[in-house]
Amino acid sequence: MPDKKQDLIDQTLQNLNNDGVDRRGFLKCMAWAGTGLVWTMSGGIPMSRAFAKTADQSAGKGGDFSFVQISDSHIGFNKPANPDVTATLQTAINKINAMSHKADFIIHTGDLSQLSKPSEFDTLDQALKGASAKQIYFVPGEHDMLNDNGEQYLQRYGKGTKGTGWYSFDQKGVHFVGLVNVANLKAGGMGSLGHEQLEWLEDDLKGRSASTPIVLFAHIPLWTIYPEWGWGTDDSEQALSYVERFGSVTVLNGHIHQIMQKIEAKVSFHTAMSTAFPQPAPGTAPSAGPMKVPADQLQQVLGITDVNYVVSGRSLAIVDSPLGA
Amino acid sequence: MTGKSVWVASFAAVVLIAIVLLSAGSPSVKANDQPSAPNAEVKIDNFSFGPQTLTVPVGATVTWTNRDDIPHTVVSTDGVFKSKVRDTDETFSYTFTKAGTYPYFCSIHPKMTGQVMVK
Repeated sequence: MPDKKQDLIDQTLQNLNNDGVDRRGFLKCMAWAGTGLVWTMSGGIPMSRAFAKTADQSAGKGGDFSFVQISDSHIGFNKPANPDVTATLQTAINKINAMSHKADFIIHTGDLSQLSKPSEFDTLDQALKGASAKQIYFVPGEHDMLNDNGEQYLQRYGKGTKGTGWYSFDQKGVHFVGLVNVANLKAGGMGSLGHEQLEWLEDDLKGRSASTPIVLFAHIPLWTIYPEWGWGTDDSEQALSYVERFGSVTVLNGHIHQIMQKIEAKVSFHTAMSTAFPQPAPGTAPSAGPMKVPADQLQQVLGITDVNYVVSGRSLAIVDSPLGA
Repeated sequence: MTGKSVWVASFAAVVLIAIVLLSAGSPSVKANDQPSAPNAEVKIDNFSFGPQTLTVPVGATVTWTNRDDIPHTVVSTDGVFKSKVRDTDETFSYTFTKAGTYPYFCSIHPKMTGQVMVK
């Protein structure tokens, strides 16, 4: 019975993939229906050998590159859901280093720390030093801007960025934009980009060719996954209106500690697993928060996201790998 | 007739007991001079403030306790009070000296809102 549903979703994904976004059946998905839309969601172990092969084959050709997204390391967290988040971050880094194709860089989509403590950032830095990819791009999560409005974060990870830490850069013809949606949050709201950042974004994208592949990354999802838990960004629609004219847009987020994916026209949305602890699927628990799973299953619900860019197909292939695979 | 006198007698007894109790209690109130407003508690569980609306008299101290595995803050929407980040089992207290309605939220998880009504 769940298989039938899954087949349907896989099929839907494949159909959607005809628009140039190449992710043929990468994710084994199960349906989660909410607020009138059907999202697709990973069952937790989306990786198979076939997928891994596809990913390896698509990389390594001339001009191609790959990067890895990691997220929600929560260094300093020590509750039962994962008493050793430094060890699982280390496992994630080992996994990145062991990849058959070397990642060109790493993107960390926020919640580096649990409590914005200098010692927590120090521990993260120490662990990341061991990564084979030396270039790491960050955006802050709400846990990284506690007590000091993000001053420490900016000093450590946001040098040369604008405002609360937003910026853009180019890699082999792909335009990357790191956005901050965890600052100056309003009572009753969700994530927020704010007027100043939106203006900057509009300006940043202006004049770029519509054939430029765009990657937007931010901590809180830039699509509304579950407003009851604040899993969305109040003014993301405006941000997305600026990328409408581009032929390939990939949006990478963290925050919800589980894989979710949605493809809408030429925009594909993707959330990553955490390297620290899982969170419940939307609406399946009284609230969001660390979810305790049996110790031997923890590594199946933590992971990294490997993104391969193939110039010829102008597409991004996204493969999520649990740490335990 | 007998029924009525029994009723009167028991009523008198109740009044008498009440008077005894009151007189026993009153010296301590007088000795304390300041009328101590009852303190109140708000618990943070599952990303919500409980009770969401709390009514207290002027002078009451409200203490918030975070019982989640995730840090939260207690921040007045109007800038009246603002806690540092509160990790698991940490508390924040504020004494309300003026009547009014005080909406507040968690600045990390802004869907979490509550209010204190001070009367």
